[in-house]
Amino acid sequence: MPREEIAQFAIDSVQVLSADETVDEELVPALSDDELLAMYEEMKRSRRLDERAIALQRRGEIGTYAPAIGQEAAQVGSAFATADEDWIVPSFREGPALLVHGVEPHQILWYAMGMEEGAEIPGGEGALPPAIPVGSQPLHAVGVGWGESIQGTSNVAVTYFGDGATSEGDVYEALNFAGVYDAQTVFVCQNNRYAISTRLADQTAAETLAQKAIAAGIEGIRVDGNDVLGVYRVAKEAIEKARDGDPVLIEALTYRRSMHTTSDDPSVYRETAEEDEWEARDPIVRFQVYLRDRGILDDETVAAIDERIEADLAAEIDKAREGAEDVDPADMFRFAYDEMPPSLERQMAAFESGGAPGGETDG
Amino acid sequence: MAEQLRMVEAVRETLRAELDRDDSVVVYGQDVARAGGVFRATEGLLDDYPDRVFDAPVAEAGIVGTGVGLAATGLRPVPEIQFQSFLYQGFQQLAQHVARIRSRTRGTVTCPMTIRTPYGGGIHALELHSESFEAGFAHVPGLKVVVPSSPAETTGLLTTAIRHPDPVVFMEPTRLYRAFREEVPDDHEIPLGEARLATEGDDVTVVAWGSMLRETLDAVEDVDASVEVVDPRTVYPLDTATIVDSVQKTGRCVVVHEAPRTGGMAGEITARVNEEAFLHLEAPVERVTGYDVPVPMFAREDDYVPDTDRIAAGVRRALEF
Ligand SMILES: Cc1ncc(C[n+]2csc(CCOP(=O)(O)OP(=O)(O)O)c2C)c(N)n1
Repeated sequence: MPREEIAQFAIDSVQVLSADETVDEELVPALSDDELLAMYEEMKRSRRLDERAIALQRRGEIGTYAPAIGQEAAQVGSAFATADEDWIVPSFREGPALLVHGVEPHQILWYAMGMEEGAEIPGGEGALPPAIPVGSQPLHAVGVGWGESIQGTSNVAVTYFGDGATSEGDVYEALNFAGVYDAQTVFVCQNNRYAISTRLADQTAAETLAQKAIAAGIEGIRVDGNDVLGVYRVAKEAIEKARDGDPVLIEALTYRRSMHTTSDDPSVYRETAEEDEWEARDPIVRFQVYLRDRGILDDETVAAIDERIEADLAAEIDKAREGAEDVDPADMFRFAYDEMPPSLERQMAAFESGGAPGGETDG
Repeated sequence: MAEQLRMVEAVRETLRAELDRDDSVVVYGQDVARAGGVFRATEGLLDDYPDRVFDAPVAEAGIVGTGVGLAATGLRPVPEIQFQSFLYQGFQQLAQHVARIRSRTRGTVTCPMTIRTPYGGGIHALELHSESFEAGFAHVPGLKVVVPSSPAETTGLLTTAIRHPDPVVFMEPTRLYRAFREEVPDDHEIPLGEARLATEGDDVTVVAWGSMLRETLDAVEDVDASVEVVDPRTVYPLDTATIVDSVQKTGRCVVVHEAPRTGGMAGEITARVNEEAFLHLEAPVERVTGYDVPVPMFAREDDYVPDTDRIAAGVRRALEF
């Protein structure tokens, strides 16, 4: 047999609202004015939470924090496309998606205060806690999507990870499992151009990250991640496909506008000219202009929304502080096992009695 | 020319010296090149050695596994794993290949790789940034496990590790990176498998390494007895003779580590003391360790990591038995 081409692939890219504010009317998703405003409010709420969290970290009230400033459209747009029964399986930068899914700001702050209470997902939320090891959680999402399908539901899992995560073996395994088991899973890769200091070109020689789906036999698509309408549209379609057992990898092209975490200094590895360029493409500003053009947002509404957000966050920060006063260190023993092994019981008893003589030995 | 350095600077100067001395040394890992490492341990090395210092993709199995191949071509890989917990992602390569390549090939293929990684608690880091898995690495035959406790110890041990013919997991106590300065001699090697006496004494032996050594030295200041503190420096191979000699002299032994108690190195050290100094013991070997729970996030971390109070109490229990 001669040499011949036996396969061909292509990756689509979608944009509804372009950076210069032109709109592809055909692609505008059918959302009511209220839904559009709700999306806008969630984006602003998460932006303000991030800003306040950075300030709290600087004052020593919380620990290392990973802001999602600049990535609100990628997260809010995709999380808005989920149903209440769907799952969010996040990495460590998914404040916006978790907020949309009903997780409250004080929980996010508790996590940043080094409290396991912040990783407690209240019953029925359909979310897993932040995953710190990069790229480890897409496998959990595939497990969720597969589990839902085994149990005959159509709920999907939407999992988030970065461009760097696509280098981890676990992410390849997740994409592959999803294809094999028809897992009801959508992968949202937020390509924010950097993995801490490492640029995409040093991360992979692949032209797109969406194409990583192809080797796993699932669909890959790219979207402008700073275009909340585009993200919503692509995510909505992907989620509907995933409900039928066709997993999708979405690459949302975006930019992490602030630091990697509060312990990072981006000036070491990137130019302000690049940062300025992306400031001009900010997802919230872009959406705000669109909403004003459509006549559903004016100064008064903006002010009312801002006021609501400030009041909400002030109350949430108080709640986080109050909770932090009640931390019981012995919880570290209580939640390690369902049934505490006898040796651990002795360790806990010694701990509670202040390490009294003889108390440390536990056999 | 001895210099006053912090531990993180000692790491950097040792890497620079070895890159300079030996063309086969290559340094790589996440964020190590352009940014100079998240702890700045590799800062400036890229400028001086652009062909031998690399940023790596976020892939620990890749970082560890490629080391086997780099070494097979005659290079000396010195990768950084950004935090020890992420060496779990590379653990399969470590245990299945790095540790075994010499014995499988009867010495024809070897892996003189030094995997540097910060470990341990005490800096209020994120979840999964504070683990101490030295016993797990020591449990894998074929690996050596080194834990320095000061800047001068770091230069001596890291120099030896990089020049060493076998793979070494080099665990740097995060909380000592910037804790203090110390005079650091140039180009010195500390042999792997030789403990040192951090203080000498007659009443009780305390074995501690890495960040726990500092904590122990502080703790025993408040103990009204003559305490001998042994820093094994290498967790594997473990210098049994120095520990046993000390326990034969003092008759009492306390082992301190921040890793969980069950399966921790204190168990192994206790067993060796029982084997070789049983008749000298006047008290059971005392363990002061972390608890058998996942290292809690930082709101509870200070309750988990042994502090001076817990260490002093353990030493007193051994003395008062
Ligand atoms: C397995 C693992 N390796 C290394 C790290 C340290 N680390 C934290 S975030 C990060 C970069 C992640 O980049 P990316 O996946 O692009 O996500 P982003 O942070 O940009 O959202 C690294 C290397 C980690 N947390 N987990």
